[in-house]
Amino acid sequence: MTSTEQQPFLSVRDLKVHFSTEDGIVKAVDGLSFDLAKGKTLGIVGESGSGKSVTNLTILGLHDRDRTAIDGEIVLDDKDLLTATERELERLRGNKMAMIFQDALASLSPYHTVGKQISETYRKHTGASKKEARDRAIEMLRRVGIPQPDVRVDDYPHQFSGGMRQRAMIAMALVCDPELLIADEPTTALDVTVQAQIMDLLKDLQQEFGTAIVFITHDLGVIADIADDVLVMYGGRCVERGTKEEVLRDPQHPYTLGLMSSMPSLDGPVDVPLAPIPGSPPSLLNPPTGCRFHPRCAFVEKVEGGLCSSEQPALEVVKGRGSACHLPPAQRSELFADFAGSRLN
Amino acid sequence: MSNAETLLDVSGLTKHFPIKGGFPISRTVGAVRAVDGLDFQVREGESLGLVGESGCGKSTTGRLITRLLEPTGGKVVYRGQDITHAGRKALAPIRSEIQMIFQDPYASLNPRQTVGKIIAGPMEINDINPAGGRENRVRELLEIVGLSPEHFNRFPHEFSGGQRQRIGVARALALEPKLIVADEPVSALDVSIQAQVVNLLQKVQQELGIAFVFIAHDLAVVRHFSQRVAVMYLGKIMEIADRDDLYDNPRHPYTRALLSAVPEATVEDTPRERIRLVGDVPSPINPPSGCRFRTRCWKATEKCASEAPPLVQVEGNKAGHLTACHYPETDDVPSPRLTKSPRAAA
Amino acid sequence: MLRFLVRRVSGAMVILLIISAVTFWLFYAIPRDPAMMSCGKNCTPENLEQIRKNLGIDESILMQYWHWLVGVFAGRDYAGYGYCDAPCLGYSFANREPVFGTIMDRLPLTLSLAFGAAVVFLIIGVGAGMLAALKQGKFLDKFASSVSLLGSSLQIYFVGYIAMFFLVSELGVLSQPSYTPLTENPAAWMSGLLLPWLVLAIIFTANYTRMTRSQMVEQLSEDYVRTARAKGLSKRNVFFRFAWRGAMGPIVTLFGIDLGVLIGGAIITETTFSLQGIGRLAIQSVNQSDLPMLLGVTVLAAGAIVLFNIVVDAVYALIDPRIRLA
Repeated sequence: MTSTEQQPFLSVRDLKVHFSTEDGIVKAVDGLSFDLAKGKTLGIVGESGSGKSVTNLTILGLHDRDRTAIDGEIVLDDKDLLTATERELERLRGNKMAMIFQDALASLSPYHTVGKQISETYRKHTGASKKEARDRAIEMLRRVGIPQPDVRVDDYPHQFSGGMRQRAMIAMALVCDPELLIADEPTTALDVTVQAQIMDLLKDLQQEFGTAIVFITHDLGVIADIADDVLVMYGGRCVERGTKEEVLRDPQHPYTLGLMSSMPSLDGPVDVPLAPIPGSPPSLLNPPTGCRFHPRCAFVEKVEGGLCSSEQPALEVVKGRGSACHLPPAQRSELFADFAGSRLN
Repeated sequence: MSNAETLLDVSGLTKHFPIKGGFPISRTVGAVRAVDGLDFQVREGESLGLVGESGCGKSTTGRLITRLLEPTGGKVVYRGQDITHAGRKALAPIRSEIQMIFQDPYASLNPRQTVGKIIAGPMEINDINPAGGRENRVRELLEIVGLSPEHFNRFPHEFSGGQRQRIGVARALALEPKLIVADEPVSALDVSIQAQVVNLLQKVQQELGIAFVFIAHDLAVVRHFSQRVAVMYLGKIMEIADRDDLYDNPRHPYTRALLSAVPEATVEDTPRERIRLVGDVPSPINPPSGCRFRTRCWKATEKCASEAPPLVQVEGNKAGHLTACHYPETDDVPSPRLTKSPRAAA
Repeated sequence: MLRFLVRRVSGAMVILLIISAVTFWLFYAIPRDPAMMSCGKNCTPENLEQIRKNLGIDESILMQYWHWLVGVFAGRDYAGYGYCDAPCLGYSFANREPVFGTIMDRLPLTLSLAFGAAVVFLIIGVGAGMLAALKQGKFLDKFASSVSLLGSSLQIYFVGYIAMFFLVSELGVLSQPSYTPLTENPAAWMSGLLLPWLVLAIIFTANYTRMTRSQMVEQLSEDYVRTARAKGLSKRNVFFRFAWRGAMGPIVTLFGIDLGVLIGGAIITETTFSLQGIGRLAIQSVNQSDLPMLLGVTVLAAGAIVLFNIVVDAVYALIDPRIRLA
């Protein structure tokens, strides 16, 4: 990582999350490792079924314990979360680590006022009185930019607009000054102008409180705006990681490259077709052999001996930068440049 | 533009959804002014993009021009024929020429019908028998949209999201339409799949010469797909122009703010211009007086509150570039960066 | 709230009007002369005419209905009985007792039956459903689910007779169903009705167990429950403080319907247990062509159902702040 000088605040090592379903075992996450330092933002990019959301529910211990087999290590500030008791986790959740979700309307209780939902968290973890907790809730609502917080504190979520609900959820997550915030697609359901507001808010709050953020999204644009480091997930594995600049300027994995060339931009060429990734994301029930991306990869033939379909490429990380691909690194930039160039001609 | 090539001519288009209430006898107490006076044309074979944030009325507009909804006011003229209030019979021949593609590929296909039956559906309803038979035509369509003709007897649940959207496209193409209204056709799809469907639609538009009204909230997708783009806000068109004019030289403050809010997947050494709008979109039940955007606009004056700006070719615009603003943007005056701390409108 | 009440109560009035009118009309569609029945063997045309007059059935159906309506709201002067205060439902053709008084005598039994049983099946049903949801997929869940499936396929008279045979006649653990007013002797009231309550509970509990379980399971998978867990609340806390509120709505609806069923359908229960409530009164009045009594009972049963519907909607709004009453 770029911030290797510091002791990582959150450290995930070789995490495996497997669900048993009627159809078989779903390998939602299959060997994932990353570190996050205090005050930094890690962006996790991936499409549906990449395992990005599961990873984060597992950090909080909110997965279905009866059906999930977990292996690996998740350490938050020297505390191993996978061996922690439910009691210990309850003390950490909402307090030291908090989470915000995509659909704020569904994620807030429709039966309780916004103020009640915020103050409840505060009281649970600090033992504050009702009055103190209510004042704190109003203060938090003001902090996240809700107008007339002393009035709106008694509103129900359905009386808020979409953007305000997301603000209220952020207020709820941050009420106990957590050191880790996990944001699962928090802006995906919002309009672009509101999305921009929410991302500014998160950045401001991070600067103020030094919160470490794991930001999950499918949108590379959002990553470019908010993340320090990026981790690209595909089929339950990390295929590429590095700083935001490294990954977006010089992608090293064909999947990352494919994602970037699938996205239309506001200033790129318009008269050439986009370069989509062919096919569909893999089934995690029966993932492809070898590299999970190989059935959709444009460069399979550039690797000799059919290695892509027979052997899983290892993720080799040097100073926080790495990618899991059989293509010799020396060839990649040329091949990738050709790929981008062929679109334009 | 000359009349000869105008396929669809929309003027003063309005849709107000009544709000029932009152006591003791229920009556109409107000209206959601979803679409409030739109003027635009779609030329043959052209793609017009409709962009805007949620609640701007873009989807309602799509449903009005396909006449799934009846307009409250204004006119919809399709190839010289006024279809604003046309009944079932009068619409029947036109229904086959205007088709629609929906956002949710899961919900818009009947799960109990085979793909073949779904795609042949429009031909059956309109009693159309293409040369070579319907089944052959369906197989041909499957190939056009990049599916295999062998998929004929399969059911929708056997397909992925992107493939289902292809089935939706094939169904829309079955009657050789002249106009397709696509309502957020790719927004439910993963990024990599989204590009596949955009490419397919583009191929269809160019090779078959079908005109599109492409409704989306994603400005980059719209830019990629549309030759002309209209930006909507609270039921009105704020700005309409050829694609390059609109994206390179936005004259309406809202267009400019919208463009600057899109996060781009590039890391630049010099940060791009960022305009941060404050607050939320006001309610369409009680829209602001005058210019609808004025409550979030940094340029708003008294005039904006009292006088609604007409959608016209403001000074400095190229032909066909219309802007509804009293104080259009110019290149040499940079828009002010708004306060960074978010402050929502009351 | 006031708006809601005014609107719904006036709607209910219209429904009751229609129901009473239809009952009136149906009654006369049956070719039976109530005057003939009370006239007896030595009936002369003069006698018959006098009886008709006394019963108030010498006028056209329309006028009769009008007079009945007026009587309900303003009271009415009966030729044979003198003045009858509002709400006047007339006098029984069969025993000449005032209908309103008779109904008021019988009502406490029917209400005791219904509400007593409701308390039992609500507590057991919802409790078992909650437990099943809490122990999803475990033995307790499967046990509760199978028992409730069994219960819901049973009928009152079947379970009732069997229970009476074994518990009362053979084993003697419970006493023969009987009614003692609650105000007179609470212990006797309870012991007399315990058997019907339990039998009704067996039938009705099943629905509540299943409904509660499925609603709780559904609520527990909602996003807001996940959020509550993510902020550190315990499973138990989330279960009892969050999820139940979402689950309550459909249960309240079911309960409103069942209360109506219990009162409107008292006929079967009371016949099974030989209790003299509203249900038995309804059967009697049909057998005896007793129009005033039949009307009174019908309007009361319909009124109960309509009332519970209004209450259900109001409770719904209390549970869920997103619902606005108007």
